Amino acid sequence: MKKAIPTPKKPWQPTALDKLEDLLIVLAAFGLAGASVKFTGLDGKLGFFFSLFFALLVLNFGFQYLKRGTAAAKDSLLQVLAVMAIVITLIPIVSIVATVFSKGYKGLHWGILTEDMALASVNDPIANGGLLHALAGTIIMVGGALIISFPIGVLTALYLTEIRGPLARPIKFLVQAMSGVPSIVAGLFILSSLIYPVTKQLSGLMGSLALTILMIPTIARTAEEMLHLIPNELREAGVALGGTQWRTVAGVVLPAAKSGLVTAIILGIARIIGETAPLLLVSGGGDALNLNPTQGAMGSLPYYIWKAFLTGGTEEAFARAWGGMLVLLSFIFILFGLARYLSGRKVG
Amino acid sequence: MAIELKERPAPPSPREITTKPRRSDQVFRMVVTAGGMASLVILGLIALFLSIKGVHILVEEKFGFITGSAWEVITDESGEVTQSNFGIGAMLIGTMLSAVIAISVGVPISVLSALYLTFYANGKVKKFLISVIDLMAAFPSLLFGFWGFFVFMSSAEYWAKLINKYLGFIPIFDVPTPIFERSPFIAGMVLAIMIIPIVTSISREIFDQTPLDRVQAAYALGATKLAMIKAVVIPYGRGGIIGGAMLGLGRAMGETVAVYTVLNVVYQVNWQLLFGAGGNVASLILLKFGEAGPYEVDALMAAGLILFLLTLLVNATADLLITRFGGKGR
Repeated sequence: MKKAIPTPKKPWQPTALDKLEDLLIVLAAFGLAGASVKFTGLDGKLGFFFSLFFALLVLNFGFQYLKRGTAAAKDSLLQVLAVMAIVITLIPIVSIVATVFSKGYKGLHWGILTEDMALASVNDPIANGGLLHALAGTIIMVGGALIISFPIGVLTALYLTEIRGPLARPIKFLVQAMSGVPSIVAGLFILSSLIYPVTKQLSGLMGSLALTILMIPTIARTAEEMLHLIPNELREAGVALGGTQWRTVAGVVLPAAKSGLVTAIILGIARIIGETAPLLLVSGGGDALNLNPTQGAMGSLPYYIWKAFLTGGTEEAFARAWGGMLVLLSFIFILFGLARYLSGRKVG
Repeated sequence: MAIELKERPAPPSPREITTKPRRSDQVFRMVVTAGGMASLVILGLIALFLSIKGVHILVEEKFGFITGSAWEVITDESGEVTQSNFGIGAMLIGTMLSAVIAISVGVPISVLSALYLTFYANGKVKKFLISVIDLMAAFPSLLFGFWGFFVFMSSAEYWAKLINKYLGFIPIFDVPTPIFERSPFIAGMVLAIMIIPIVTSISREIFDQTPLDRVQAAYALGATKLAMIKAVVIPYGRGGIIGGAMLGLGRAMGETVAVYTVLNVVYQVNWQLLFGAGGNVASLILLKFGEAGPYEVDALMAAGLILFLLTLLVNATADLLITRFGGKGR
């Protein structure tokens, strides 16, 4: 005996005809936009984009009005606007990444990892000099900032999630406010509090300290979010087994949040790795390899890019700068990919 | 047989039950609380040290420091400062101008993008777009600045000319001489591109918190998406969106490197958006710092203090709005 299995009907889903109609509208809008660029005064990419935008709005509105009435027509306007907004949001990012890759690869060669700019000027041929000093400086300064800001950030997060003291609200508020401190103010603060009264010289350590101020809020906020994800049952289990709060946090909560804390570190690094303004004020920005953070000017990737753009002017200088930018952007891509991968994993 | 009565052992004294934490916990709590105070301490120290260096300039210039629009130091042969005049009025106007352009262009686009991400996109596309936008939020401002200078400038200049041609009768769109490069308009547009990812992700988080039952109720009453968004999502998330916009404003006001590269920093009050001159406080600090003597550095510190307090105020308001109204509706 044959049983007829009824297939569920989904009347709300667009049928093939609907999709075809939508496609036709989009194609018609492109056609109209092309025609308007060709036959009227509007020209260029901007003209095309504007006519496309209006054509889409009008066609969609008209079509939906004829098909389903006023409410649907208005609804379709919002949809077109939202899609346009996301397209406008994506255009710059695509353009930025494309620019950096297309201009940056010319500035790359194998020597950039082994040479510094001590004997080369930014206008020399690309094969002279490299990024070694900038990479080393960035790694040292970011590492220094990380060593200082990670404990502070995690302690702040622990205060907000574990102790939840009476000051939790104000502190959360202050962390938020701190994340809005302009980067140049961080540089000025280090200048006024340490460099002028105490050390009297610019150095990599000062760069680290300025970056620390910018890094703490990112780490604290991410770590707080991650610690909130740890189920309360874990804490209760730890306490029920007789653990003190200290043992529970150290033995249960923090290990469970390990990948979350690594994510916090990565996002913190991504936040400060391209920070330029404070380093221009406090790190000195040398051209030679300098591995001692307490003494002498220290180069960094952002400073290298900045200098090549501003003091050069030749093809080589720009190629060099875009090459540096490509390296910086690759770092950010890698860090971001790592953070995605880690935070995508299960907690615990 | 008599039973020998043994002395019963005394019961152990009951453990004192107390809520007083152990020694280790006391230390732990102290350390964590001390660490938690770090943000307070750092913010306090920033205000303190900038004031120590800069406050005598503020006292000398009084309100002129905020309203005045001259920045000059006159020194004699030996380098002694004989006369000085500091006022950041022009730069404050420039800061507000470019930041306001940034949010008035950036926020509508961000909110619509967030609506798209929350209510139109789904599945893989949504995930992909969200991570792309988060990635964009992590781009350094240096990158936006140079991209703005080398790639974006030519199109923006063309737009500026168009605006000037058709809307030039409005005073702010007029220009004294046709120089459209490196104008506050272009700086504002670059800042808008910089804040779009931030405002988008905040708005998206707010929209995500819209209670599903109200959304479903609106649909059940036969609302279209537009009607649902107008009746449920926007009233629910209004405060959060305004807070997100303020956060973007704070970011745009404090931006240094991007503004320095795309804006022709000239020390004058300029209300004409499309004319290639202007500046903001942060870029002024960067510009003047290289050549400043000790006395002028103090003035820059004072300018930094004003900028710090201003962004703190904006960010505090933003945070207040997001926590107060984010997640609460009618």
